[in-house]
Amino acid sequence: MLKKSRAAFVVLIGLVFASCQSEQQKLPIIGEPDIVEKVVDGQTVRDTIYPTIPGFQFLNQDSVLITDKFFDNKIYVANFFFTHCPSICPTMQRNVLEVYKKYKNDERISFLSHSIDFKYDQPAVLKKYANNLGVDNEQWQFVTGSKADIYGISDKYLIYTAEDENAPGGYDHSGFLVLVDANKHIRGTYDGTNEEHIQQLLQDIAVLLKEK
Amino acid sequence: MSAYSLKPKAYSLFAIALLIGAMSYLSACQSNVDIQMAQYAVNGQKVYRNHCQNCHGAKGEGLAKLYPPLTDNNFFALHREKLSCIVRHGLHEKIEVSGQQYDQPMPGNNKLTDLDIAYVLTYVTTTFGQSDSIYSHEAVKKALSHCK
Repeated sequence: MLKKSRAAFVVLIGLVFASCQSEQQKLPIIGEPDIVEKVVDGQTVRDTIYPTIPGFQFLNQDSVLITDKFFDNKIYVANFFFTHCPSICPTMQRNVLEVYKKYKNDERISFLSHSIDFKYDQPAVLKKYANNLGVDNEQWQFVTGSKADIYGISDKYLIYTAEDENAPGGYDHSGFLVLVDANKHIRGTYDGTNEEHIQQLLQDIAVLLKEK
Repeated sequence: MSAYSLKPKAYSLFAIALLIGAMSYLSACQSNVDIQMAQYAVNGQKVYRNHCQNCHGAKGEGLAKLYPPLTDNNFFALHREKLSCIVRHGLHEKIEVSGQQYDQPMPGNNKLTDLDIAYVLTYVTTTFGQSDSIYSHEAVKKALSHCK
């Protein structure tokens, strides 16, 4: 009798653990994967390769060249904006600022804002903008680069950017925030002007930070 | 049958009804201005959401040291006329709001009509500020003709 109840107890504990594990979320990897066939030990093996953010180098608000190495072993939130953008950027940056404040000085996460106004947003302009926004450490990078480099990498983040004289401020772009993991995979995209999306981003950051 | 022949209870009910009627008539008269101000503020909220809220925030709180809050009654009072010009033509000079300096240029809003500006300024100064007076269409028109 005792043995039976002990066995039942063990099964119960096992169930509790199993249910815990199945509840643990994992964020999807976003982007169209490549299926690569390799021959390993005479057997054909299929490998799924997800797209990653390629290497880059941009000038930041301190006129320092920042490369993808800066974000190694970290997760980061990337977006595209410009300092005198009159439309969606202020709301988007207001929301990113909340996330930045929440994780300020947490070295596991950083932020990367690309300016799409390659003519006006020189490092000194970005510096002043960052200061006025209340960003006073290197955890949030504001970068500028050539038109080809900035607009080219926005495609890799799946974000639309374009020079457009008919758009407010002269540039058109989407206000999405992109969550990138330590392997440079995109793990989530969020409308930076939507309060519900921002809440989802906060939840997803917490999930991603637990990932090993 | 005269009113005198009514029973006392019915008579007092009649008197109360008359009093309520007179009071509501009087108060309606007094608040015509208030009703117009409320209408301006409601319309102004729509204008605000579409043209101002991105930078100045849902509660007029501004954004850090980039965009000033719209809650400084002193600033409103000092620049009552100039506010119409700022909304229409933007601002390209340093200003001080609630003791903080701001120098990020503000773009103008060429698409807003004189009446839109009257709506939005009424909304901002009475909702985020503590003003109790309307920005009339005429006053805004006049202020705009004097923009520098």
